Amino acid sequence: MMLSYYLELAIRSLRRNVALTALMVTVVGFGIGASMTVLTTLRAMAVDPIPDKSAQLFVPQIDAWGPPTRPGGGADGSGQLFDQLTYRDATGLMQARKAARQTAMYAVSLDTVSLEGVPLPVDGRAAYADFFQMFEVPFRYGGPWSAADDKGRANVVVLSARLAARLFPHVNPVGRTISLSGQEYRIVGVMDAWNPVPRFYDLTQGPNSGLADADSLFVPFSTAIEREMPDNGSIRCNARVAPGFAGQLASECLWIQFWAQLPTQAAARDYKTFLYNYAAEQRRLGRFHWKPWVELRDVHQWMALEISVPETLRVSSVVAFGFLAVCLINAAGLMLARFSGRAGELGVRRALGASRWDIGWQCVVETAVVGLPAGAVGLALTFAGLASQRALHMVAGSAAAVARVTSLGDGMIAITLVLAVCATVCSALYPIWRASRLQPAWQLKAQ
Amino acid sequence: MAAAFMEVLPILKALRRNKVGAMLIGLQIALTLAIVCNCLSIIQQYRDQMGSPSGLDEANIFTVSNTWVGHADDPKVRIAADLAALRSMPGVADAEESNGLPLGGSGWGTGINLKPDQQHPSASTTEYFVDEHALAVYGIKLTAGRWFSADEIRDFHLGEDLSATSIVMTRRLARALFPSGDALGQVIYLSAPTPLRVVGIVERAQSPWAGISHDASAVENSVFLPERYLNNYVTYVVRAHPGALATAMGAVRDRLYAVTRQRIILSVSPFREMRQRTYQTEQSLSVLLGVLCALLLIVTACGIVGLVLYWVSQRRRQIGMRRALGARRMDILRYFQLENLLIAGTGAVLGIAVGLAGNTWLAATLVLTRMSAGYICVGALIVLALSQAAVLWPALRAAAIPPAAAIRDL
Repeated sequence: MMLSYYLELAIRSLRRNVALTALMVTVVGFGIGASMTVLTTLRAMAVDPIPDKSAQLFVPQIDAWGPPTRPGGGADGSGQLFDQLTYRDATGLMQARKAARQTAMYAVSLDTVSLEGVPLPVDGRAAYADFFQMFEVPFRYGGPWSAADDKGRANVVVLSARLAARLFPHVNPVGRTISLSGQEYRIVGVMDAWNPVPRFYDLTQGPNSGLADADSLFVPFSTAIEREMPDNGSIRCNARVAPGFAGQLASECLWIQFWAQLPTQAAARDYKTFLYNYAAEQRRLGRFHWKPWVELRDVHQWMALEISVPETLRVSSVVAFGFLAVCLINAAGLMLARFSGRAGELGVRRALGASRWDIGWQCVVETAVVGLPAGAVGLALTFAGLASQRALHMVAGSAAAVARVTSLGDGMIAITLVLAVCATVCSALYPIWRASRLQPAWQLKAQ
Repeated sequence: MAAAFMEVLPILKALRRNKVGAMLIGLQIALTLAIVCNCLSIIQQYRDQMGSPSGLDEANIFTVSNTWVGHADDPKVRIAADLAALRSMPGVADAEESNGLPLGGSGWGTGINLKPDQQHPSASTTEYFVDEHALAVYGIKLTAGRWFSADEIRDFHLGEDLSATSIVMTRRLARALFPSGDALGQVIYLSAPTPLRVVGIVERAQSPWAGISHDASAVENSVFLPERYLNNYVTYVVRAHPGALATAMGAVRDRLYAVTRQRIILSVSPFREMRQRTYQTEQSLSVLLGVLCALLLIVTACGIVGLVLYWVSQRRRQIGMRRALGARRMDILRYFQLENLLIAGTGAVLGIAVGLAGNTWLAATLVLTRMSAGYICVGALIVLALSQAAVLWPALRAAAIPPAAAIRDL
């Protein structure tokens, strides 16, 4: 009842000074638009890609090189651990099978022949069968290969929906063969559309790997090693390596990624103990000459460590929120002018029996009424800002991933409107407080 | 002096009754100034970075990246055949094959040692594997010594040790390693213990990471090694005669397919495009920051106009009274301009402090250089001028108030 009365009062007073109202709406709208544009992209890049499992999937890290070479560290042994494992450690962890599920993996590059008969390069990944269940990969046809295929180094392959559509349009290709780099592979499954953003399962390929596309095909890890498929990802070595693929396998180079699924906290604790014991064992064997150091990080911790927000985005977020601050200070000044200008009217209401709270609430409603259209303006500007972010290539990455992080996700519209109303009311808190402290008698006298 | 003081005193007294409004304007000016001068400094830094030369004859160079399918033999023969085909193309000056290119984004890095058994390298650098044609292909300027001869070029397969015995480096790297300027003829070591003699110095050649890295030594430290990089995936660098770039690029695919069809040509792109792609984000961020700064100045100006208009309407009677007591329109106008100058000046002083603090923070958290004092001064002048311009319209309206206003509202 009271609210509708306040609303009516607010609209009437706002219409009395259209220019000032429009100015306030525009100013707050610009601030909201600028900050929401940046916030949307920042939020999309930090979103949980696998909510029901992000606390169960872990990346183990083992200090295989010792103190002097740790990234970000000095000769004193400070710093961090590298994000990939040696082939030797990865196979050691695979053979131990201490996790509920686990997979070692690395990126490969193969070539096939397109329908037009032209050679076609494809990016793929060598992994274990557990990969598909661990990361909840959806299948359109068929399914993952079996553990026996892993063991038997079978020539099997799982295709992405996109590659399958390109090579085998409109048919179910499961059971057919595909020629990859001169070798025949049997297709056992075709994935449904699956392109997690960020591509959390492999963030080790440099600053933009979070926004890379998911791989086009998957082959068993053991098969890839047997076929000597070269690594297509990043590789880090601390010493000269013996020639050939065998040399790389025997080396201390870091190039294999590893994930373990540990369903409970107790399992994660046990796994970390196992990792420590593994490193201690390597020390006993004379391979490591330093105190064992291992880490186990879940999806959130891993993303926090590996995803670096692009510098351009960080610069623009600082500027955008500074812009919002200026806009809100501006709105506060305009509100101050508006309420002081209406001191006479508010004084009359006080004299007629309205309490300080009543006046305060009336002013809050009035500012909220300004905030709502400001939110709408902000929303329109956010759309424009995101579109220009795409058009100007502000975020580097694959087209699909960039489109995903530069579009308004669920709830962002509501968040924008709520933010606009809250920001407007907050900026007007002091003017409202002043308006509610007016001495009715003085105002009446001034009339 | 005394007269100016006499003018300022009543303004200060009046401002005490409008404390919060004045503070809001001052604060706005301070923040606007802090943001604008930092943005200007960032934009200038990006412009400098984008304008830094790679050392190459950029206008006439294009690259072809290629991989072969279904060959089991040594790629040496295939690369030689391709290069011969490319070099004999009409419009092509010269061509070569390399493991990386300035601004290319990916390449090889290594440490340089001055002694064979050094623990920590003296400098880090990019290594480019090139042949005797590379100097002509890149269009790099040789400032001292010589380039490699054909019989110096060794074969290099992935995983093997370097077998070169000579090396050419950039002037910047030579100065960093040998500050006394006698780099030519000296011996250095890369990761292998084989000594490498410095036979030539080139004026400039940026690293593949120029544009990604902001570290000056990472950008300008490059060495050239006389090694033939033999791999199934290769990048050819082709230099066209002036004006013949487009024709040569159009014909290059057919030329290479004529050598063999068993290949994938992944891209044919002019160097100019590579530069554009490398600095895309810097370019767009400059535009974005520029637009934001312009909006910010507009918003601040609007805020000043709005608030001062309100002050004028609030003080109609006082202004009328001053006019009735003999003040000229000019005096009223000056009053508001001076009042604004006081507020904006205080805000600007605060803004310089906030701007410098913000810049220190930006330089510490992001890879940005410190802002020069010039930007703050230019920014302060811009903001003060804008604020004076914004107050002009409300002040003119105030000056137009007739002396009769003093009694009319009573």
